Amino acid sequence: MAKFETPLLDELEKGPWPSFVSDIKRQAKKKPVLEDLLGQVELSYKDKETHWKHGGIVGVFGYGGGVIGRYSDMPEKFPGVAHFHTMRVNQPSGLYYSTKYLEQILDIWERRGSGLTNMHGSTGDIVLLGTTTPQLEEVFWELTHNLNTDLGGSGSNLRTPSCCLGMSRCEWACFDTQAACHHMTNRYQDELHRPAFPYKFKFKFSGCPNDCVAAIARSDMAYIGTWRDDIRIDQAAVQGYVKGELKPNAGAHAGRDWGKFDIVKEVINLCPTKCMSWDGKELKINNKECVRCMHCINVMPRALRPGLDKGCSILFGAKAPILDGQRLATLVVPFIKMEPPYEEVHALIEKVFDWWMEHGKNRERLGELIQRLSLKEFLKAIEVKAIPQMVKEPRSNPYIFWEEKDVPGGWTRDLAAFRKKHPL
Amino acid sequence: MADIEELKKKIMEWAEKSTKPKFYFKDIGKAAPEVGLREIKKAVTALVQEQKLELWSSGSTSMYGVKGKGITEEAQMGKHEE
Repeated sequence: MAKFETPLLDELEKGPWPSFVSDIKRQAKKKPVLEDLLGQVELSYKDKETHWKHGGIVGVFGYGGGVIGRYSDMPEKFPGVAHFHTMRVNQPSGLYYSTKYLEQILDIWERRGSGLTNMHGSTGDIVLLGTTTPQLEEVFWELTHNLNTDLGGSGSNLRTPSCCLGMSRCEWACFDTQAACHHMTNRYQDELHRPAFPYKFKFKFSGCPNDCVAAIARSDMAYIGTWRDDIRIDQAAVQGYVKGELKPNAGAHAGRDWGKFDIVKEVINLCPTKCMSWDGKELKINNKECVRCMHCINVMPRALRPGLDKGCSILFGAKAPILDGQRLATLVVPFIKMEPPYEEVHALIEKVFDWWMEHGKNRERLGELIQRLSLKEFLKAIEVKAIPQMVKEPRSNPYIFWEEKDVPGGWTRDLAAFRKKHPL
Repeated sequence: MADIEELKKKIMEWAEKSTKPKFYFKDIGKAAPEVGLREIKKAVTALVQEQKLELWSSGSTSMYGVKGKGITEEAQMGKHEE
């Protein structure tokens, strides 16, 4: 019999989706302390306030991230969750696991924690929910020594970098996202584990502009694969789509009859820059106007493929808060080769970190700092030249703020001579 | 390159004088404004390892404090103060 009545939580089991309440109840049969978790969460719904205290002083030795202290504010009533810390574990790049690895990690958590997990948190980490303070070092030791696995990021740190599965499964990947993610995770260990940033900072790596990890929306520094030559076209395959021999979108929408494929309606007219044309025989693309929306490639994957001169675009300043203030990233580096040893990328990253650490206010994300001090100041700090593609609304703001050095004669020109030539 | 021992001493003096029990990393820079934040980080990391400073985290934000000042590890386990 359950330790506490949970009528409000029970309501959450009635919907069509899997319920975290059912999961906790099932696990509570093995781990009776979870009865206290159910009791406390029920009380939070009843009181309409959380019964977790705000944060805590807790961690593993030498690390300032990866453990999030959770303490009940009613430890006498719910002793099983008096401390119920979360551990964030650095997920493997691309989220590839062997069954053996998963069994091992779950075994550690059954023995030393609640057994509850979140696979995966929004940043990508394996999230292990609920353990006591004495178990933290034990779990950390087992993860690092037995599974060769590190903790992830939390707090004012670099957060655990994440990536799409890239070249391991996807022919559109323009750089090896898994290699880049793994490399940056190792290189910036100190930033991941020892907090010294104004707030969180996220790297996300997407192999192509489809952006499967939503880097453009969720990361302070987004690496999105692209190419700088022409889209490769197989005209025979284009004919195959037009004649209905090949299924559009690789058959992804084949469960319903959408009628005959119409290349003009479904591809040409949907190009955002109208850079494509079809004369009934040949598909042409004005590649200079292509903005890498990927629509044509997604619809006709056998006929169109990204170019061969591949690398990535780097964008800065996105954040995805829960309530409001969503911000998409701004393109800053249109193309960079993303290959080992990544030296050019390191130099850029380190300039960004230094500028943000120096000028960022406490709890100010990079995108907010860029907005406060201007993109121009940011570009100056990271030594990147401004280009028209960085201008968000090119024709709506006629003002240009010139630096003195950009103006012939600087600010000291002879106004009298100027007025003589241009009288008012 | 600042002398790390001297820097650690300055940081502890500043932290102990601070009226706030917990402070952001950037605020620790005020202890030695002539030194870059990278140097401050090295000294702060050493002080955390020596258990003179400790870290508090909400999960999204991190703050540092002098060990034993303000909320302590032991007090966290107690009943919430009204």
